[in-house]
Parts: sequence; C-alpha cells; structure tokens
Amino acid sequence: MGSQGGFYQSKEFLDLVKSIGEARSKAEEDRIVLNEIETLKRRISEPDIPKRKMKEYIIRLVYIEMLGHDASFGYIHAVKMTHDDSLLVKRTGYLAVTLFLNEDHDLIILIVNTIQKDLKSDNYLVVCAALNAVCKLINEETIPAVLPQVMELLAHPKEAVRKKAIMALHRFYQKSPSSVSHLVSNFRKRLCDNDPGVMGATLCPLFELIARDVNSYKDLVISFVSILKQVAERRLSKAYDCHQMPAPFIQIKLLKILALLGSGDKQASENMYTVVGDIFRKCDSSSNIGNAVLYECICCVSSIYPNPKLLESAADVISRFLKSDSHNLKYMGIDALGRLIKISPEIAEQHQLAVIDCLEDPDDTLKRKTFELLYKMTKSTNVEVIVDRMIDYMISISDNHYKTEIASRCVELAEQFAPSNQWFIQTMNRVFEHAGDLVNIKVAHSLMRLIAEGFGEDDDNADSKLRSSAVESYLRILGEPKLPSVFLQVICWVLGEYGTADGMFSASDITGKLCDVAEAYSNDETVKAYATTALMKIYAFEIAARRKVDMLPECQSLMEELLASHSTDLQQRAYELQAVIGLDAHAVECIMPSDASCEDIEVDRDLSFLNDYIQEAIEKGAQPYIPESERSGMLNISNFRNQDHHEASSHGLRFEAYELPKPAVQSRIPQALIASTEIVPVPEPMYPRESYQTTMPSIPSDAGSAELKLRLEGVQKKWGRPTYTPATSTSNSTSQKTVNGTSQGDGASTVSSMCETYDSRKPQVEVSHEKQKLAASLFGGSSKTEKRPATGHKAAKASSHMVEKSHVPKSSMEVASDKATSAQQPPDLLDLGEPTATSTALQLDPFKQLEGLLDTTEVASAVNGAPAASISPDIMALYVDTAAGIHNKNDADLLSGLSNPSVTNMPGTTAMPQVTQSSSKRPNPKDSLEKDALVRQMGVNPSSQNPNLFKDLLG
Amino acid sequence: MIKAVMVMNTQGKSRLAKFYEYLSVEKQQELIRGFFQVLCSRAENVSNFIDAESIFGLDSRLVYKHFATLYFVFVFDSSENELAVLDLIQVFVETLDKCFQNVCELDIVFNYSKIHTILDEMVFGGQVVETSSSEIMKAVEEISKLEAASNAISLIPKSASGWRSR
Repeated sequence: MGSQGGFYQSKEFLDLVKSIGEARSKAEEDRIVLNEIETLKRRISEPDIPKRKMKEYIIRLVYIEMLGHDASFGYIHAVKMTHDDSLLVKRTGYLAVTLFLNEDHDLIILIVNTIQKDLKSDNYLVVCAALNAVCKLINEETIPAVLPQVMELLAHPKEAVRKKAIMALHRFYQKSPSSVSHLVSNFRKRLCDNDPGVMGATLCPLFELIARDVNSYKDLVISFVSILKQVAERRLSKAYDCHQMPAPFIQIKLLKILALLGSGDKQASENMYTVVGDIFRKCDSSSNIGNAVLYECICCVSSIYPNPKLLESAADVISRFLKSDSHNLKYMGIDALGRLIKISPEIAEQHQLAVIDCLEDPDDTLKRKTFELLYKMTKSTNVEVIVDRMIDYMISISDNHYKTEIASRCVELAEQFAPSNQWFIQTMNRVFEHAGDLVNIKVAHSLMRLIAEGFGEDDDNADSKLRSSAVESYLRILGEPKLPSVFLQVICWVLGEYGTADGMFSASDITGKLCDVAEAYSNDETVKAYATTALMKIYAFEIAARRKVDMLPECQSLMEELLASHSTDLQQRAYELQAVIGLDAHAVECIMPSDASCEDIEVDRDLSFLNDYIQEAIEKGAQPYIPESERSGMLNISNFRNQDHHEASSHGLRFEAYELPKPAVQSRIPQALIASTEIVPVPEPMYPRESYQTTMPSIPSDAGSAELKLRLEGVQKKWGRPTYTPATSTSNSTSQKTVNGTSQGDGASTVSSMCETYDSRKPQVEVSHEKQKLAASLFGGSSKTEKRPATGHKAAKASSHMVEKSHVPKSSMEVASDKATSAQQPPDLLDLGEPTATSTALQLDPFKQLEGLLDTTEVASAVNGAPAASISPDIMALYVDTAAGIHNKNDADLLSGLSNPSVTNMPGTTAMPQVTQSSSKRPNPKDSLEKDALVRQMGVNPSSQNPNLFKDLLG
Repeated sequence: MIKAVMVMNTQGKSRLAKFYEYLSVEKQQELIRGFFQVLCSRAENVSNFIDAESIFGLDSRLVYKHFATLYFVFVFDSSENELAVLDLIQVFVETLDKCFQNVCELDIVFNYSKIHTILDEMVFGGQVVETSSSEIMKAVEEISKLEAASNAISLIPKSASGWRSR
C-alpha cells in the first residue's frame, strides 16, 4: 500500500491542503478556508451527488473543522451518510458524526435509530462503527434505547466486538452509573472470557468499580493474582506482546487493581507478594514499557500492606530510576520515591543528592515533581530550606495556575512547621509580595491575627519586637512598585495598629506612607478603606497620647477627596476620621484604645442596658415582649384558625380583622439592635466590614475550627540539623565501593548485581559543597550514603532466598490458579514450552535495533549497497539537498525520539538482524525521492524556513 | 482514561485531533494552541511529560513525543501510566510507519480517515484496547479490504438493477 493507501483522494482536496500549506499568514489561511466552506456549502446541497464525492466532501468538512472553522452546515449530511448501505460511506459518516456532534446535539435523535439497527448488523465492522458512535454520542436519556443491543453483543462471536461492547458498557457506567447498575455483574462474567483481549478490556471498568467500592470485590483477589502471574510468565500468545513485554497494559491495570484491593488488607496483600516479587525480578528494565510495569509495581507495593522484601526491591528500582540519565525515568523515580517515603521515610536519605540534582534540573516538569516530593517530606527541621526554595521557584514562573498551587503549599507548610514567628512573617511577606492576588484572603487574616496576638506565649517584649520588625519590613516593602491588594491590606492594617507603637517612627512618617498607598492604588477601594482607617487609628493614638496632631497636607487633600467619594464606604470612613480628630483625648481613648484589637469584646446578650427603656415603653402601653418559643406556637394556632376560616368563608364577607403583622419579623428586631446599638467598647465600632476583620482575631473560639491556624506550640526554633560532615561521606563511599567489588561474586540475583555493577562503573561524581550542604539541610545529614549498597546486597540474598521459599507455595498456587482460570485462557496457556523458546528471541531490545537506523547514511549505504551504486548520484543529490541544515538536526531529533537513553549506557550495541530486515523492507532512496518530489511539486512545504517539513518520520 | 490525542506539526498546525470527551471547536483550538506553546518552549533532552492541569483541567497529564516535524500528544488522567503511554505513542508511530512505509507528515494529512481508523483500533472510548502494531495492521487492512468490497458491491447492484429494469 502506497502513501495513497487505496483511500480515494481528489485533486481538489490535494489542492486545498496545498494552498493552506502555502498560506503565508493566518489571514490568508482563513480566506482560503472560508472560500472552501462556500464551495462546499454550494456543492453539498446539490442533488444526486455520487457517494464517493459525498464522502470526500465530508472528509473535507472534518478537515476544516479540525483547523478551527465552523462546519456545522454539513452535520446533517454526515448524519445522512450513516444511513448508507455501503460500508465505506457508512464508516465515514460515523467517523464524521463522532467528531462533529456531542451527546446533547439536536441531531442525535436522528442517529439513535440507525445505531440501533447497525448494532444488529451481520457485518462486524458495521457493529464496531456503531459501537464507536455509542461511546461518544449516547447520553443518559438514550442509553435505554441501545442498552439491550449492546448487552447482546457481549456474547458476539468476534472478540473485537465483545471488547468494544464492554467498553461501551463501561462508558454507560461512567455517564450514568444508575442506568447500568444492574448489569455490573457482566463485567465479572466477562473476566472469564476466552479471549485475553476481552479479559483485558474488562479490567478497565472493574478498576473503576473497585475504586468506588473495594469491599465487594475482595473475592476476586485470587483470580487477579493468577491472571497477573500467567501474563507475567508469558503464557499469553505473542500477539499480545508490546515491545517484547507480555501484555503490559493488562499487567499495569492488574497492578493498579491489586493496589486498591490490598490497601490496608493484610490477608489480601499476602496473596500478592509472590507475583509482585516475581515481576520485580524478571521485568525487563531496559525498555520504557518494562519500566512502566516496574513503576506500577512500586505503586502497588507502597499501597498494599507493607512487605519488607518487596519494599527493598522497590527501593532498588527507584535508585536505578534516579541514577538513570533519562529524564523520564528520573521523573518516575521521584514520583515513586514520594509514594514510598510514606511507608519507609528513611529511603529518601539515600537519594538526597539525586533529588537535589532533579531540583536544579532545567526540566520544569521534573522540577515540579521534585517540589511535590519535598512537600511530602517536609518536617520542622527542613521547612525553612524547602519553603525558601519553593518561593524562589514560585517567583521564577509565570504560570498562574501552578503559582497559586505552590503559594498555597508554601502557606500550608509555613503554618504547619514554622520554626519561629519571625520567619513565618518574613515568609508570608515574600509569598504575598509575589503571589498576593492568588492566595486565599483567609491567609491574610490569619497573618494579621498572628501579628496582633503575638505568640501565645506571655512575652510582651518579644511580641512588640515582632511587631516592630513587621512594621519596619512593611515600610521597606512599600517602596516596591505594584504590590498585590491583599498584601497592601495587611500592611495598612499593621501600620495603623502598630506603626507608632514603639516610637521608632513618627506619626507623620507613617501617615505619609499611608497617604502614598491610598494615592498610588487609587482605584482599589478596599486598600483605600484600609488606609483611611489606619490613618484614623494613628491620629487617634496621637490624640490619646496628648500629642499635637498636625495633619499632613497630602492627608488633608486625600480626606477632601474621600469626603466627596462615590463610595459610601470611603465617605463614611472619611467623616468618621474627621469626627475623631475633633474629639478630646479622653473620648478618643474610649473609642480607640491602643493595641486593643485582641481584647475580648463583651457582648451583653441579655441587652440589660435596655431595661429602663423597655420599662418606660410598657408603662406607656406597649405590648410586652413574647419569647420566640411561645410565639411560634401561637403563630401555628392562628394559622390553623385562619385556614379553617378561609375555607369556610371564602365566598362570604370577611368579618375578621386584618392579620397581625407576622411576629417573626418582630423577633428579628432585638437581634438587629445588638448590631446597631453597641455600647460596649469595641475598637472599631463604626463599620460592620472593618469590625468583622478586627474583631475576628479576638474571638478565636468561634472562628478557630475553620480557620487556617498557625501551630504555635512544640515547634523547634533552630535551623536544620548541624550534623553534616562532607569529607567523611565521600571517602566512606569510595571505600565501600571496593567492598562491593569483592562481595559481588556471591551476589546471585541478577537485579542486584546489575545495579551494583552500575554503581561501580559509574565513578562517584565529585559533589559540590553547596549541594551537600543543601542535602544536609533537607535530609538532615548525608552521612548515611554508604548504607545503600549494603542493603542492596542484603536484598539480593534475601530475594534469592525468597525464590527458593516461594517454590513450595507456588505449585499449590498454580494448581489453584489453573483451576480458577482454566476456562479463561486460550489453550496455549498450558503450553509451557513456548515461553522458554521465545524468551531468548525476546531479549532483543527494540530500541537497540532502531538505533542502527539512526545514522541514515550508514544504513542506506549498508543495506542498499547494490542499488546505491546505480543511483548514487540521485541519493547524493538528495542528501546534499537536505544535509546542510536539516539533516543533522533531524537525526538528532530522531535520536532523542527513538533511542532510550538508558540503552545508550549498554556497551556493544550491534545492529540486530531485525534492523536489516526492516530496513530492507524499508524503502529506499527511490521512494523517498519520489515522495520528496511530490512534496516539492505539491508545494505543501511552504518555504525555505522549514525545508524538512515532510522529512520521513522514522529514519 | 485517555482524554485526547493530538498530532501537530512543529509550526503549530494541527494534523489530527481527537477528544474523547466532547469539547466545542473553539475550546479544542484553544487547547491545541495552549499545548503547542508549552511544547515548543521545551528544550531537547528533557522529559516527555508535562503537567497539563493548567490547560486541560484537574487530573490531567500530558505525554508527547517529537518525531521529525510532528509532535504526538496524548492527554490522560491518573488511571494511566506515563511511561506506558509514551510507549503507546511509539506503537502508534510504528503502526503508521508500517502502514505508509516511511510515514511522513504528508501521509497523515492526506489519509485523514485512515489515521482515525488506526487510532480507533488502538484506543476505544478513551481506553487502550490494542497495543500490538501487527494486530492493528491486520484489523485495519481487513477494514479497507471489506470497505473496498462493499463499495464494489454497492455500485454493481445499482447498475445491474438499472439494467434489469430496462
């Protein structure tokens, strides 16, 4: 099959692609596409269009929509095509509708009938196409219409159809669990399907079901384990292999399921130990897919009831991942480490340097993953270093989504583990300064509260020191341009409360700064309001201290402006400020006591101070107050009476007086009174919003539970641990290495010997001083690096023990498992001869084979030695054409794409037989030349700027 | 589950876009542009994984692979394994290569519906159903054979019936 592949194309479509490819600008491209849309609109509605033509129009529509243009005028034609008898046309129709429509589209109603019919078709391809549409286009309401047919298909003779029917049922379950809840047992039944592919497909819905309800599937543990065992032992036919791994996606799904089932269940977990251990030992660790399975094993081990041997194997794999040169493996290693440290926190220590390398890696993805790991392993000893790093990184990125996340993590860690309040305030300042608009406003409140309340220790001196350092830092920070609003609110509040408290700064300093803030952020009303109130506090404190108050000219002009403000809030604050300034010292002291934001406010809930007033009112003939409980009873009675009366007299005149005003309204009045007539001394009684913010800290009992709280007790105050000794650690590890070398002889297990040879081959890299220091502060000392090889060796012995031991239970297990699954597996499962025969061939690494292909010139000349001679000028011309700029770059691309970096470590990569085979099948310069010529002639490849546009993808 | 499969070239033109959960055309374009920006800002020799939560919403990861002039991009959630999906991309490209012999961007542009057929054999309703490129090839070849046959049949009866009625 050539590149045209028997699929019909017209000249017009080629022209369209060509002209779009040649477009020099987005506008030109849009013009071309709009033109095409016009053409199609006209043509598609013509009568009697041949089917082929119609099919092509629809494909063109799909193409246009992929480029982002509206093709909705053609949807109806795509729907019509699904009714066609011709398989080709019908499939095209289904393809188009699945891409065009969503499950709630109006046209779906026209398709459901066709789908119903097609699901019953004799032709399995029609059934498959319909199932595909079912997955995408059936919603909760239409599920019942197709459900019976889909259920029938679960027993279809073709395994491809059964597989897809399972997936469709799974989709129904995802969309509306209730509509298929009675059919869930079918997934269990299909687990015993003859075809391993169908069995594998059922794992997807089962995984989801088990994730929702673990307990009702515990009985399947034995079956899952035996399936996994058989898959891992290569008892499936080779058709299920993927890059020489037996059915890796089935293995991965099974491991995920086992992880769920074994979580916190010792008995279930014990059934899994053997098979997971086997996979650890046998799994090919040189391919991506092998490592994917190994990673899944680690996830499983870290989720099930812990087993020390498996944990050791997992730690070995992790260290292999982390030491690899591949960023992908490092990423997986870091992720796996994050899972494993929950169970055995000590393993992080072995990998500290690797972790720090990842932290400093230019790869952003890896960096983020590493921060996630650090977040998981933060303790009070390393919180300072970790949060510091996080904030540095937060400052450096521009992705708001991640910035928010990392800022909230910083806040969380700082609140949990803060070694000192000083540090906490500094950290918060940095977070606010750089991500202020992204953090929760509650964080700002708790920061204000911390500054106001102090440490919870009764040390006034330390408290005031903290406050003056906060004030000092804020005055400094105010010099920076563009601060976030939330941060400014905190600053204004703190300056107002404590700006002049220690006498270091005069009132005119502080008020000047506050006026600057109000002026600089003049369109932020909240900040202005905070600044005004802060000004009022400063002046009030001055008056209370019997000092002369001089309002700065800029402050006066600000007040004048605010007195005429459109915002009533600002206006009120300005008037209040004016009123306060006019009062004498004694009155001011009463309404604005200094440093009273934390004082408890006494609220007289009985409102006893109103007694006289009430007495007076009653004497004048007012109704006495009726408590709510009595009142509601009366209300009910009167309601009943009213109802009865209504029914009786709905036609006659109403003689009863109008209803009394609803007592419910009355009951609210006293509550409103509390708010409006506060006579008790409140620091800022003037405005609900402000008073909420200031009083909130003073009532910890009611806000406390929901509030983010700083852990103030039992926190260590010192920096990191002083245990680090750089010189000894390196010398120790080198001496240990030689020990490894000698002891390696009796290391039987392949896994551990491999990682040991890896160790000895890789020279101990000189580690920079700073890195070690960082490591020490993160992990609390790097003195234990040499521990790892020793444990690795122990693991080797242990695992070889396990092999011997596991022989005994294995046989009995096998009997059980064979019994359990004899019906599930194809006959060749019992054929033990095959796997051993294949295993040698399977050792070939696909990447190694492909590596031979990378050097194009070499392969071409080697494989096509003879033809090369005859047409060599052409080939040369081709290469000369492209070699200049592109070729090198391209080869590099391919290299990075195809070669697995872990393989490049392997010595002696020789070209495998399959290489020559595939490259001899692979074409040859002539084909490439033709293709190239076509490309040129088409001109799809637009300009010299990217001449390698259509370079072959694979070699 | 796999949420989306995209193929785009190094200039940001999308060559294939399949979303397993419905998204409007505008949203699709926005996502493709967003991903392309992230992809082209990545250096060589870094990992093939990207955290896609800021673009695609919660619990989404992205694995991509760069071949010559094309990016192959898979977006999926936490129920899949990154390395395994990376291998799946490899399988997809190997299958394309077998199918078109030395696949290039042009093949993907012109054989739009066939690429979809191949992908549908591998990923069905967002779940991976087949990972062996030779099995996929077999299925796809059978489909094109039957399609061709049905086309021939459906054309003949028409003319035949026309001839009979005469």
